[in-house]
Amino acid sequence: MRLRQAALHAALTAGGLAMVFPFAWMLLTSFKSVRQMLNAPLDWLPHPWRWQNYPDALAAMPFGTAYWNSFYIAALNVTLTLLTSAMAAYAFARIRFRGSGVLFVVFLATQMVPAQVTVVPLYLMLARFGWIDSHLSLILPTVANPFAVFLLRQFIRAVPVELEEAARIDGAGRWRCFWNVVLPNIRPGLGALGIIAFLASWNSFFFPLIFLNSPELATVPLLLSQFSGQHTAVDYGLILAGSAIAVVPTLIAFLIGQRKIINSMASSGLGGR
Amino acid sequence: MAVLTRARPRAGRRRAPGVRNRDGWWAAFFLAPQVTALAVFLVFPLGFAVVLAFMRWDGLGRKEWAGLDNFAAQLSDPEFGLAVWNTVKLALLTVPVGLALALLIALALNNVRGGSFYRVLYFMPVVTSSVAVALMWQIILAGDESGVLNNSLRSWFGLTPPDWLGDTGWVIVSIAVVTIWSSLGLNVVIFLAGLQTIPPQIVEAARMDGAGSLRIFRSVILPLLSPTIFFSTVVAVISSFQAFDQIYVLVRPEDNEGARTIVYQVYELGFKDFEFGMSSAAALILLALTLLVTLVQFAAQKRLVHYDS
Repeated sequence: MRLRQAALHAALTAGGLAMVFPFAWMLLTSFKSVRQMLNAPLDWLPHPWRWQNYPDALAAMPFGTAYWNSFYIAALNVTLTLLTSAMAAYAFARIRFRGSGVLFVVFLATQMVPAQVTVVPLYLMLARFGWIDSHLSLILPTVANPFAVFLLRQFIRAVPVELEEAARIDGAGRWRCFWNVVLPNIRPGLGALGIIAFLASWNSFFFPLIFLNSPELATVPLLLSQFSGQHTAVDYGLILAGSAIAVVPTLIAFLIGQRKIINSMASSGLGGR
Repeated sequence: MAVLTRARPRAGRRRAPGVRNRDGWWAAFFLAPQVTALAVFLVFPLGFAVVLAFMRWDGLGRKEWAGLDNFAAQLSDPEFGLAVWNTVKLALLTVPVGLALALLIALALNNVRGGSFYRVLYFMPVVTSSVAVALMWQIILAGDESGVLNNSLRSWFGLTPPDWLGDTGWVIVSIAVVTIWSSLGLNVVIFLAGLQTIPPQIVEAARMDGAGSLRIFRSVILPLLSPTIFFSTVVAVISSFQAFDQIYVLVRPEDNEGARTIVYQVYELGFKDFEFGMSSAAALILLALTLLVTLVQFAAQKRLVHYDS
């Protein structure tokens, strides 16, 4: 039994190292000069440590603006997604109306359509709206989220109807029932969904790549990709310092909230993909 | 999705008292924002994509009816054939290996004390931006001395390794490795959640009957976990078909045709060549392929997946 535990720990640690190595290597390399990066046999540790890569990366890329852009886009997107999908989920879970079954199937079916299929028409439509090269193109289209409606509907169904009935007898209307009775009771669902939607928006790359042009509008992943596209191997140190600046704060936030984040994504299965 | 729906039969919808004919209006009110968003940003573009696929249009001049020309042009274009083949190859490499690894790790985590520490390690790539992931792997896989893998293979072992990202054959394997690495943690926690729903008494009973670990895995754990495995397989195939970010950043497929996938083809036709009709046709072929593979999987699950009823 002891031996088995030890063997399992050894195997898991080996796998864990494979997970950590690319992060660690990025951090180490971000302190190297380009010359040192090309040394063979390679130098594991930087010598001397080139801290200058970081100020240089910050000077070359507007990270402050990109962070703010990514953050407020994700925050607005999550708020709108949570509110509208909770409303729709409430209708599906609690209100009897004609065609609700059919409409729900339509919701689920649209979930199957990949973004790549709709991206060309979406681009043409957003161009007509004047939303290309504007953050609206990132905030609004992804609010349409059938998966979110499906997930919250499951949570609402688990809330006892009696709670709502009691509120109704006290004279509460539909909206008050939704807002004051149902929403507080599905907080775990809203939290899980909020985390998933935030990560999806925060890390999204395909839509920003296609919908944005101006450098000052770029989100963090887009900024990183543009920078690495302009600067070739010559500036590896800067590119990696930039990656570190993009990755480390997210990782810290993840480590703080890891239990909640992992459980949210595990329980909802589909994750943010 | 289907798995979840199946698990929850029609029940639980009850009518709250005191509500009569205003229900329709309330339903419309609560549904309006999502339904509007869905119609404008998903359903309409999908319909538009179908129309565009039958048109010749560069976005500026007049739209011209093209019939099936766009589809015919794509299907007879060797470049598109290559893209289909690469897409299928990527899925064949990523899905079985990725899920098998995830299952092994989940089993190990389920049997070890203090597993939550490892869980965090394996999950780190899942929350990391795909662009940063690709940049991290570039300095591991690069063919020149800046790639840690080839640098060490050459200087320590005297080997002459291939250029993992530049070689037309190896590049798809490299992309698969990066994709598996970055999605492993998500599959691990999903499998782990599935494993934890298996009642320990069942495993214990099998052990009392003299079943060994391998036998327990094959005859108890695997059948009970099969709905989760099926669900993850469907999702993994779909997301492998849609892979874009890591390919775009790791290798620009215009430099290495071995990395050209259908999704990249859609992107290039639409946003570099402005062949909107062609791009939509390619996208619809991808959708058809996705639906076909998903249907085959659903047909296969009837024989392979065990549902506890």
